Amino acid sequence: MIFVITFLVFIMLASAVFACISIDLLNAVIASGLVSLITAILFYTLQAPDVAMAEASIGAALVTAIFVITIRRTERKE
Amino acid sequence: MRKIIAIILLFILFFAVLSSISKIPFGISKTKVGKYYINNGIEQTGAVNIVTSVVLNYRGMDTLGEVTVLFIGAIGVMAILSTITRKTEKKFTPSSSILSTGCKFLFPFILLFGSYIFLNGHLSPGGGFQGGAIIASAFLLKYLGCYEKRINEKKFKVTESLGGLAFILIGISGLIAGGYFLFNFLPKGTAGILLSGGIIPIIYIAIGFKVGAEISGIIDNLMEES
Repeated sequence: MIFVITFLVFIMLASAVFACISIDLLNAVIASGLVSLITAILFYTLQAPDVAMAEASIGAALVTAIFVITIRRTERKE
Repeated sequence: MRKIIAIILLFILFFAVLSSISKIPFGISKTKVGKYYINNGIEQTGAVNIVTSVVLNYRGMDTLGEVTVLFIGAIGVMAILSTITRKTEKKFTPSSSILSTGCKFLFPFILLFGSYIFLNGHLSPGGGFQGGAIIASAFLLKYLGCYEKRINEKKFKVTESLGGLAFILIGISGLIAGGYFLFNFLPKGTAGILLSGGIIPIIYIAIGFKVGAEISGIIDNLMEES
């Protein structure tokens, strides 16, 4: 179990760094959505299903969708 | 240059959090108030889910603040987007019949799931905020997949205002009945059934409607106004 969690944390860290350095903003938004999704999984393994539910529905779904809609209205490349 | 600063700040934050968390022993309660909630929460509030009893009963005022913060956020989005004038008239390509039929089929089930989440907030994990977000994701699906005509924006605003008003009215009636704001004046019932917990399910229904209408309103504004 601890190996799975460590693996997930490293993926989370890598996608957070990628969200900072990416030129294409759409890729950055998807990477930040991945950070939220892995945070939700980690909350669930820490026995906090309430917070995990909120994080998965708001952080991973709605925030990503709102950013994608905003990118469609503005420019995609930074 | 800005990106390098951002990554450096990220790593500083990472090591700060790591160094502070590694000193705390994991899973051992350090305050007495948590133990008090776990021992007395069910009999004092009637809600089986301890998190809900804390969020809506012991710390109900904080939840009112959270709802207000979300309300201010929604108003800010509307205020910014209403200043932008539309440049060109948009035209939509209608979605294929498979996609639009699938969206129309899924839409009521997602609404039902969101309602289940906030109705069972005092029994199982979940609550008003989570259920409201799921309801808003149903509206997002409707806007993305089977767009036909704009959903009346006024109805979102009316639902949102009624939800917030219901929360405050329940709080004030607690003030009249029991002496302080958000007093649990209804009978608590048997713990573990749907009609238990006094005012907790009613407040969660109000919050669910309010949050769902608010986030749907933000999505509606982003899709339509700009």
